Amino acid sequence: MPADPNNGDDVWVLGTHMTKFGRYPDKDWVDLASESAMAAMADGKVTIHDMEILAAGSLFNASAGPGQRIQKQIGQTGIPVYNVANACATGATAIRTVYMAIKAGEAEMGLAVGVEQMGKMGMLTGATKKESKTYEPGGRFGAVTGVDGYLGTEGMPGVFAQAGMEYANDHDGVGFEQFAKVAYKNHMNSTLNPLAQYRKEFSLEEVMGAPVMSYPNTLLMCCPTGDGAASVVLVSGERLKSMSKRAQKRAVKISASVLTSDPWTESGQVLPDVNTLTRNAAQQAYEKSGVDPSDLDLVELHDCFATAELLHYDNLGLCERGGAGDWIDSGGPFRDGATPVNISGGLISKGHPIGATGVANVYEVTTHLRGEAGDRQVKGAKVGLTHVIGLGSSCGIHVLEKAAV
Amino acid sequence: MTKKAARKTTAKKASAPTQQVPLVDYLRLGARPYLRAHECTRCGARYFDRRNACAKCGKTEFKNARVKNAARVKAFTIVHRAAPGIPAPYVSAIVTTEDGTTVRSNIVNCEPSPDTVKLGMKVKLTTYPIGTDDNGCEAVAYGYQPA
Repeated sequence: MPADPNNGDDVWVLGTHMTKFGRYPDKDWVDLASESAMAAMADGKVTIHDMEILAAGSLFNASAGPGQRIQKQIGQTGIPVYNVANACATGATAIRTVYMAIKAGEAEMGLAVGVEQMGKMGMLTGATKKESKTYEPGGRFGAVTGVDGYLGTEGMPGVFAQAGMEYANDHDGVGFEQFAKVAYKNHMNSTLNPLAQYRKEFSLEEVMGAPVMSYPNTLLMCCPTGDGAASVVLVSGERLKSMSKRAQKRAVKISASVLTSDPWTESGQVLPDVNTLTRNAAQQAYEKSGVDPSDLDLVELHDCFATAELLHYDNLGLCERGGAGDWIDSGGPFRDGATPVNISGGLISKGHPIGATGVANVYEVTTHLRGEAGDRQVKGAKVGLTHVIGLGSSCGIHVLEKAAV
Repeated sequence: MTKKAARKTTAKKASAPTQQVPLVDYLRLGARPYLRAHECTRCGARYFDRRNACAKCGKTEFKNARVKNAARVKAFTIVHRAAPGIPAPYVSAIVTTEDGTTVRSNIVNCEPSPDTVKLGMKVKLTTYPIGTDDNGCEAVAYGYQPA
């Protein structure tokens, strides 16, 4: 279903860019963000002087004022800056901040930037344990020393492994092999994406035979740390009408922008519930956009670990309820399947510089809807969805539609 | 250790009386260890830490509840790469107790293998020492073992 003609009330993506994800020892995060911001504005044929709001997110630099740091590199025009931090949903939150300002009529055009420089943080094992010399109760649980490794795991591969195993407990046809297929698919997809951090194909046997981090997640089923930035320029429908035909043709409509947090669930205090808030966000996104899951030509979702991706097939309504195992077994999320998922390679292989992730997936879907995705292009893509989860938790979803003009 | 037992030890003039402290304050030690939850007096939601108000219904009154020790494994992972200082592999699990409370802990006294640990497996609460501090005080953790 093509987007409605521009009625002036919607918010559109005018320009976008992402850096290649990877490691940049010779640049800092301000360089990466500035490079991406300027390239996104150039893509939309506009400049910093057209921007009326800037929202910026960099989780590990949240207290450094990322937006103002970027302005000092690319233009200090005095516009309002919103620095946002929302775990892995930081980038999506930056986009939604600009979206809301335009919807509220406070701005006609704005810039959202997400960036992170993580290098090799070694996040797969969790925090180093602090061993007390004297046992004194502290914190909200009165713990006398670190509990990681005693009262279960606090490491991310394990937390998401448990989330996947909970789904396996509740539904038939889900196990190690179904989870491993997610990583097999995403590594394969990344070979076509020049912006991906890794571009190497692995067989299903290699994925399953890789060193186990937290069963069932092997090394090849975990996203890497890395560096990168991504940006979008958003514009009001009204302003877009006054722009060139080419700009209007390349503009992509944001049919829904949704952010949710996790409502109370019984198990939430010990196992982060990444499902309920995703389901709630998806329901809102489909209602607001009038898009049905079956209309989606591609989906970029939050595959921080292979076990997580499988849950979201179900949460986003891409498969029958409880049927995520069958869906991947039947090829549903593969490139030639019913709804290609993470055609970019996903977080697992494209990479996951945290603040950049929620903007980079909008870059990816926009690029496909414009028909500019090169070798990895999903042919004839008209409607796409992006999804991120920030643990704690936040869920950001954007539904994007190709311009009808 | 009970007060009575402590007095007895002192009476014997043992050189280094062993004190025990729970790893977390909601683990209640004694003859039959258990987990203590703060239970909302209106909706019954349970919390292991202190809450300013119930995250489910908003009420600000809580009572202490004794969580049942029998449980079933709802989800698990076998951690092979742990933070420095933590012995691996070990089994981390999410269990649901007989009275419907969800708890995260290690599965202990059980081979850390997907062939041994099963979803839905019956387990029960147990305790074990994890270390001794400079004052000779022993920290005790809880885990679940196959029932």
